[in-house]
Amino acid sequence: MRTAIVRDVSGLPHHGFGPRALTWWGTLSFMSLETSGFVLAAGAYLYLMTRAPKWPLNAPLPDHWPGTIVALLLLASMPLNLLLSRWAHAEEMKKVRFGLVGMCILGILPLIVRIFEFPSLNIRWDSNAYGSVMWFLLGLHTAHLITDVGDTLVLTALMFTRHGYAGRRFSDVSDNCFYWDFVVLAWLPIYALLYWVPRLT
Amino acid sequence: MTAGRIRSVVQLATCSSALQACSGWQSALDPHSQTAAHLAGLFWFFTAICAIVWVLVVAALIMVLRRRRESESVLPGDDFPHQQRRKAIIVGSLTAITAIILTVLTYMSFYATREITWPRKHVLTVKVTGQQWWWQLDYQNQDPSQSFGTANELHIPVGQPVTVDLEAADVIHSFWVPNLIGKQDMIPGRKNVLTLRADKPGLYRGQCAEFCGLQHAHMSMFVFAEPPAAFEAWRRHQLEPAATPGAPQRITGMNIFVHGACATCHAVGGTDADGQTGPNLTHFAQRATIAAGTLRNTPANLSRWLADPQAVKPGTNMPQVPMSPADRQALVAYLEGLK
Amino acid sequence: MTKCASEIRDTALDDGALSARLAHIWGTPKTFWGFMTTVDHKEIGRRYIVTALFFLLLGGLAAVVMRLQLGSPDNKLVGPDLYNQLFTMHGSTMMFLFAVPIMETIAVYLVPLMIGTRNVAFPRLNAFSYWVYLFGGLMLWAAFFVNTGPDAGWFSYVPLAGPQYGIGKRSDFWAQMITYTELSGLAVAVEIIVTVFKMRAPGMTLDRIPLFVWAALVTAFMILFAMPAVMVSSTMLILDRLVGTHFFNWAEGGDSLLWQHLFWFFGHPEVYFIFIPATGIVSAIIPAFTRRRMFGYVALVLSLIGTGFLAFGLWVHHMFVTGLPRLGESFFTASSMAVAIPSGIQIFCWIATLWDGKLRLRTPLLFVFGFIVNFVIGGLSGVMVASVPIDTQVHDTYFVVAHFHYVLIGGAVFPLLGGIYYWFPKFYGRMLNERLGRWNFWLAMIGFNLAFFPMHILGLMGMPRRVYTYPAEMGWGGLNLLSTVGASIFVLSFLVLVLNIIRSLRSGEIAGDNPWDAGTLEWAATSPPEPQNFSRIPVVTDREPLWQNPETLPVIGGMHADRREILVSTLVEATPEVLESSPQATIWPFIAAMVTSVTLLASIFTPWAIVWGALPVGIALTGWFWPGGEKEDES
Repeated sequence: MRTAIVRDVSGLPHHGFGPRALTWWGTLSFMSLETSGFVLAAGAYLYLMTRAPKWPLNAPLPDHWPGTIVALLLLASMPLNLLLSRWAHAEEMKKVRFGLVGMCILGILPLIVRIFEFPSLNIRWDSNAYGSVMWFLLGLHTAHLITDVGDTLVLTALMFTRHGYAGRRFSDVSDNCFYWDFVVLAWLPIYALLYWVPRLT
Repeated sequence: MTAGRIRSVVQLATCSSALQACSGWQSALDPHSQTAAHLAGLFWFFTAICAIVWVLVVAALIMVLRRRRESESVLPGDDFPHQQRRKAIIVGSLTAITAIILTVLTYMSFYATREITWPRKHVLTVKVTGQQWWWQLDYQNQDPSQSFGTANELHIPVGQPVTVDLEAADVIHSFWVPNLIGKQDMIPGRKNVLTLRADKPGLYRGQCAEFCGLQHAHMSMFVFAEPPAAFEAWRRHQLEPAATPGAPQRITGMNIFVHGACATCHAVGGTDADGQTGPNLTHFAQRATIAAGTLRNTPANLSRWLADPQAVKPGTNMPQVPMSPADRQALVAYLEGLK
Repeated sequence: MTKCASEIRDTALDDGALSARLAHIWGTPKTFWGFMTTVDHKEIGRRYIVTALFFLLLGGLAAVVMRLQLGSPDNKLVGPDLYNQLFTMHGSTMMFLFAVPIMETIAVYLVPLMIGTRNVAFPRLNAFSYWVYLFGGLMLWAAFFVNTGPDAGWFSYVPLAGPQYGIGKRSDFWAQMITYTELSGLAVAVEIIVTVFKMRAPGMTLDRIPLFVWAALVTAFMILFAMPAVMVSSTMLILDRLVGTHFFNWAEGGDSLLWQHLFWFFGHPEVYFIFIPATGIVSAIIPAFTRRRMFGYVALVLSLIGTGFLAFGLWVHHMFVTGLPRLGESFFTASSMAVAIPSGIQIFCWIATLWDGKLRLRTPLLFVFGFIVNFVIGGLSGVMVASVPIDTQVHDTYFVVAHFHYVLIGGAVFPLLGGIYYWFPKFYGRMLNERLGRWNFWLAMIGFNLAFFPMHILGLMGMPRRVYTYPAEMGWGGLNLLSTVGASIFVLSFLVLVLNIIRSLRSGEIAGDNPWDAGTLEWAATSPPEPQNFSRIPVVTDREPLWQNPETLPVIGGMHADRREILVSTLVEATPEVLESSPQATIWPFIAAMVTSVTLLASIFTPWAIVWGALPVGIALTGWFWPGGEKEDES
């Protein structure tokens, strides 16, 4: 059929930040589905807890220190994350590179502590259902953490190449910061479930 | 009740049910208890309402077809505002009516649930444990000497509530005797309860109603509802150990049973055979069927079963025990004497 | 962000030149490499649909064997082990490999066309999701063909599917198939949400979005929140079987019912992943064949959203006989009844539209009529099983089998068939034969009802589900035979469809752009659509844009004509805001999918596969993400 141009869009920008970017919405969607998964895993935890005669089930309390250190490290990374997001919006390459390297370090540190966190649960995954669900929750978050740190490492490398100057790459950096917020926030309720709920019962 | 009488009841029932498809045993629409009658009544009420709704919808579609004006005209039509308003009122009203109907049905459903929920009575308690692929029945009593075990055929006194404790030994099964009551699952690690009461004497068939593996299709049970006196007689007989055989062939059979593989899994009261993994066979000859309803309990069928259980019920946990035909005949003679 | 001197905008070109240029930029070469690297949603959508129909064939063949076995009592056609695998494969294939994928991917094909854009939001993810789905489905059937098919039912209850009673690797293949299909399904759901939210044609405000697109959107949201439940539960099952966890082991604090809760929390919404898009198809067909705008647009949208929410509150109705507290169960009776209300509203609105319509009784509309007749039966039997007391008699019997086939076949397959007849001209540029279509419809109608109606009666007569045979004395033989005969007729109807498709592809009547004279945007594109869908993005001012502008389509100008570009618009008002690049063809999604698939397959046998697989997967994803220097990457 015939067409008639009624509007000209040639002045529009070629990339956007936040809700103007498709990848931001993709990131939000992935956060939603992962939240759903976490909520259900937490639900399984609570369900098994209500059916158990005591909780922890035939095990000593988990040692909370590695988990607490991870929580503190993650929270400590938030200020830099916020700054990095701002620098990415402003498309300031030098600061973005600095921020990304910093976030890589701040992401790897908790992963190292996480290695010590699994044994600190004081139960094996195959001892009983309590052990299984504790390892499951911690494992889910660890997978989360690994993939986001991996993401950040690749993005950091990219921003040190010529490709990094494209506008959409700055948008990717800000999306990565957005996702990191989620990784940090997701840890807090899981941390509470793993280490403090058993101390309440 | 002799084995012969039971058998003839079974035969009578099977012949007649083959002829009448819509009623008869294992039918939810042929209730023989107050509970099942409530359920059937509720079902018919729902069916009537649903049928009317469906007929009305189909009528509307027929009207649509009759009203149609075929047209190839290019321009699509629009409803006039007054048409829109009228349709909105009709759709709104139909929605409200739908909501009312559903509320009524929900209420009827709650009402029926209340009507069929019984307080637990301790007239009789039977623990039924689902096994792959048979029913372990343990008649409980506060006095342990009054407790006994049997399998696959549940006897209950007519007109008295019977508590059935439901457990499972391996996977999830489901206890279902539709003529008497709705089903309830038997879940390993959990205890469920049903209270049932047969209102008339009779023979009712049930079947496992939760997929439980290879022979889920052949896990049936029979419920014998008997007048209280007859039930009491049956119960007292169950407490008695098996009669010691006199005939030589039966003694041979008993020795094969007690000293051979059979006793590893099966128990016969009054002998040394005390296996717990398979059905209790103390009064096996009284039962109408073998292998949870798979075969009629006749000497020929029993011999066939013993010769090759896997051929009859592939996947069954009963192993094939090699023995000579003479030994098998002796064993059959022994078992068929366990009245 | 500087404008290069060499960039070309579409305002500099006339329609013919523009069309040729964009077709070259967006096109997929007809080579093997083109096939493997394409990220065109139409290419991927078509192959997804063909693959899903192939799984329909496999699942259907399993059902045919089942019906032949059950056609007479004490039959010896198949033994219990093969039968148990057959019904598990039938259910799993139909639900996971056919019904959900086909509904999602009809949306993948049609949604961009209906909302006036050129591709889905994440085209490479789309390609990835197809390969993962294909691999998962093939893996499951390969397992079946080597006698390792799952045999614990499509919902795989524990302990039967657990480490103690689920022998070999059968249930592991089932559980891992879930991982593949859920990965794939979630990816597509994310694409659809972002596409519908941010890529609509200018002027396509929320109240001008086609109902089919609304249905796809609601479904995608449901998928986002429900699929993780089955991911969690299937992962727990694999862990129990592979590394000794005790999620479902009651002896160590676990619980069989945990499986059921997690599975059905997904499983109930899943049937709506299948049904809601089908209602979208119905809502697309009716206006075109009644020459009327759909009555009750707002009510229909709200019904879709309402159903989407309510669907999450019903799952315990699958567990009414497990011994849960009666009070809790009663809540789920009420909610299960309540979900009938939005479905009822949809039916009333459809009939209201049909009522004053200038009906054209072509095959698509025939299937809509068949849908209403059959689905209402299924919905009403659903009202019956929603009642706890009634369910205690009919749960796990053939009554329930009848119910869900009426809602799934009546409620989804019939609309799907209507949709095939409706959109085939758009996909392939040729019309399906109308006479064969009528034969298709009537054979399906008669065969389906003959096959499944008797099952209501069989269930009430005491026939449980999932039995490989039954004794003659039960008196079930007659109705079972009738059902088998009906199933044969139903199969015949599909043969007619296949015949129709093959003949029409070769020599069907050429369809123009808009053979049905429908109103939505997909009919403004050519048949089949050019690779870029629209050479100039349309501007929308009405719910039925082509009815409002039958002669001339208002469009925008000023987009680049030298790169793949789509228009990003605002969420509510659809005001243009960004000109965003769209990815070119690439082999990385295929590589990533293969590496992921091999990792998942290996992890059936050893948990270390996840560790060893992580590196190749990471490399593949990095390759995928790493820019290649084209214009699309550098803006």
